[in-house]
Amino acid sequence: MKSVRSTGRSLTRYTVGSLALAAGALSAVSCAQSVSSGSMNVRSAAPPLTAPSTTDPRVGLRAGLTGAGEVAHNMRLVSHSAKSSSLDGEGGARGLTFANSDLAFRGNYVYQGNFSGFQIWDIANPASPVLRKTIICGTGQGDPSIYGNLLFISSEGTGNRTDCGTGGVPDKVSMDRMVGVRIFDVSDIANPRKVIDVQTCRGSHTHTLVPDPTDKSIVYVYVSGSAGVRSAEELPGGGCIDGPIDSANTARFRIEVIRVPLAHPEQAKVVSYAHIFNDLSAPTVHGDVPGDAGAPARAPRSARSAPMAPRGGPNQCHDITVYPEIGLAGGACGGYGLLIDIHDPINPKRLQAVGDSNFAFWHSATFNNAGTKVLFTDEWGGGTQAKCRFDDPIDWGGDAIFTLNNGRLTQGAYFKMPAAQSKQENCVAHNGSLVPVPGRDIMVQGWYQGGLDVIDFTDANHPYEIAYFDRGPVDSTKLVTAGYWAGYWYNGHIIGSEIARGLDVFELTPSQYLSQNEIDAAKLVHWDQFNPQMQPKIVWPAAFPVVRSYLDQLVRGNGLAAARTSAIAGQLNAAEKLSGAERRSALNAIATQLDGDASDAADGVRVRAMVAAVRELANASG
Amino acid sequence: MRQRVLAGTVAALAFGLSAAASASAQAAQAQSGPAYTVADVQFMQGMIGHHAQAIVMAAMAPTHGASAQVSLFCRKIMLSQRDEIELMQSWLRDRGEKVSDPGDAHAHGALPMDMAMDMGVHAMLMPGMLTAEQLAQLQQARDATFDRLFLTFMIQHHEGALIMVAKLFDSPGAGQTPEIFGYATGVDADQRAEIGRMQGMLTTLTERTPK
Repeated sequence: MKSVRSTGRSLTRYTVGSLALAAGALSAVSCAQSVSSGSMNVRSAAPPLTAPSTTDPRVGLRAGLTGAGEVAHNMRLVSHSAKSSSLDGEGGARGLTFANSDLAFRGNYVYQGNFSGFQIWDIANPASPVLRKTIICGTGQGDPSIYGNLLFISSEGTGNRTDCGTGGVPDKVSMDRMVGVRIFDVSDIANPRKVIDVQTCRGSHTHTLVPDPTDKSIVYVYVSGSAGVRSAEELPGGGCIDGPIDSANTARFRIEVIRVPLAHPEQAKVVSYAHIFNDLSAPTVHGDVPGDAGAPARAPRSARSAPMAPRGGPNQCHDITVYPEIGLAGGACGGYGLLIDIHDPINPKRLQAVGDSNFAFWHSATFNNAGTKVLFTDEWGGGTQAKCRFDDPIDWGGDAIFTLNNGRLTQGAYFKMPAAQSKQENCVAHNGSLVPVPGRDIMVQGWYQGGLDVIDFTDANHPYEIAYFDRGPVDSTKLVTAGYWAGYWYNGHIIGSEIARGLDVFELTPSQYLSQNEIDAAKLVHWDQFNPQMQPKIVWPAAFPVVRSYLDQLVRGNGLAAARTSAIAGQLNAAEKLSGAERRSALNAIATQLDGDASDAADGVRVRAMVAAVRELANASG
Repeated sequence: MRQRVLAGTVAALAFGLSAAASASAQAAQAQSGPAYTVADVQFMQGMIGHHAQAIVMAAMAPTHGASAQVSLFCRKIMLSQRDEIELMQSWLRDRGEKVSDPGDAHAHGALPMDMAMDMGVHAMLMPGMLTAEQLAQLQQARDATFDRLFLTFMIQHHEGALIMVAKLFDSPGAGQTPEIFGYATGVDADQRAEIGRMQGMLTTLTERTPK
């Protein structure tokens, strides 16, 4: 098991590494080979603390759009479904025009975005998904969200058209251009109907749904757009003015908030502009300036973040993940990770900004279920470049885990998919979601052609890998953009959106890192709909697998004396054979004993969590 | 994903930006989205040279007494922009467009003034690129002076990249393919983030070393 963590880089390594690169660069600026080998030589002389593994089973897999080599570890590919033939382009490898993007889920349906439209899959039988509908509508990048019968699609590319055509919009000012959020009614799966295009000034690279905390008939959409500001003539009254942060009316440095009346989606419109970047700049104290607030205390000074700056800096978020249950959002906003208060959804407020010199581009955020950690990703290179090569730094282009305590983020370790990938594989941290195992923080995540990875980040300083799946590159001779845009857990399975190849469904298999009970407990969690950027609070039902998950964790981590864990396992088996009041009584007896164990246990917190789960189960019995 | 593309070798800066997109560029492909334009090609060609100079600048860090923080930043620029140059080169190569010699990068201000003049490139710098004089000034700087000058010049350099992106999108029909749109907006986002980081470093540097 590889545990990749930040241990603080040595200054020597930076300096020497740069020197070698400099030599390479000066002799042949754009010759990647010489630069790489220069770096490698230095590395062999002064090995880094951590580096991508070149002996991992994921290294050297056979290439191919179809028939690529595959390796699975502690997970199993249940089904692979090729991309809709109408989106397949010329063999599925034609640039980004037909690239699959993100996923949203409702009932048995998976909504898969694509730069040229979207697909609706029926996964009632995960072993054999059925493509129910393909809509052709040029809409880069096409990230979807679902809310009831409304499907929201992000539209950012300046060539996107209101009529869904694919010919682009050559005119500088045109009423044909559609950048913003498209809303479809999908109540009839066979005939999705476009309801409205909500136009915005900078388009929608991504978007995030936010339910109104009190009015169930309203949902809001936070729009993150990274295109330039469109012509004011193109969107009259839309306030599309370009300008610096100190100009009050600039369309930069803000997120647009769309209000959607669910009964009348045709009335959806932008209702507020949240200026969450204001005053981000001024460094008040040198040393612990805002951007340093989240830097690890153990890191050398040089690895800590630079102070905030008055100019430049982010003028949009790339992605925002809201966690309505706790009234917070994590904003991944270019040079910064933001913690945002969303109790008043129309007026989100920044609580904190963190920076990190190792991060190139803050891309996305995921909370743990307790709301005590945030995992931010760094999309170094933008997703179409190979950033997991053997000589790429292991703490660039990965995840950074922060603890969240009293509304403050504190940086822990990094995690990066640890297997060295070829230069034909675009690879960097990308989208994922929690795997609902009680008592642990587990996440599945897409790494483009770096595959899917399932990690445990319960200890923010020691994340580790549980399971993975990877394929070889699409092409052995050149980099063709492909791989997992995302991997998400949904009602018992992991669903992967493969950019070039289609839709994949997986299940986890038990291992020393994850027991069958923990997998069974995760499978008990059911959602009617799921949008990964709108995190739902996970609640486990009262059930034996939940109780046994905690027990398995106590055994695995030596959290409770072995004699006690084996005794309790026997008592749980006996209790399960009972029913009604007898079962309740037996379970309450176990809970009482466990309560007594807690104070002396190595992991008393987990023992108490188990007590609570046992009591819930007792209450649910008879 | 912020879309980036694939692609080829340094642009035709030294030989002018007249490189016209091939006829194929203009062939509209109704089934596969908008076609790329001459402005797209020129953007990629120009940005290769622009990136190449950034690498030349960043490569000085180890030998010019750069601070640890600036050295780390330089390393990131070198790794990132090296890969982006490859990406732009591939994009051009895949479309049969002119992909210039990486060696030309040294001409874009990286060579002594007289040599650059000989090559006729002095008037062809892309926005924000250092002049030969500025580059020579940076070459001579050491330690804290290097840090300050590097950050000042690289901010200028990055701001030039933002101008190039703005100019691209100001060209009718340009930046419409997913590849170019994604790459150009990615350059804009990345370099804005880096400008912020550099300004922060510059502020700290100024406070710590008065004058």
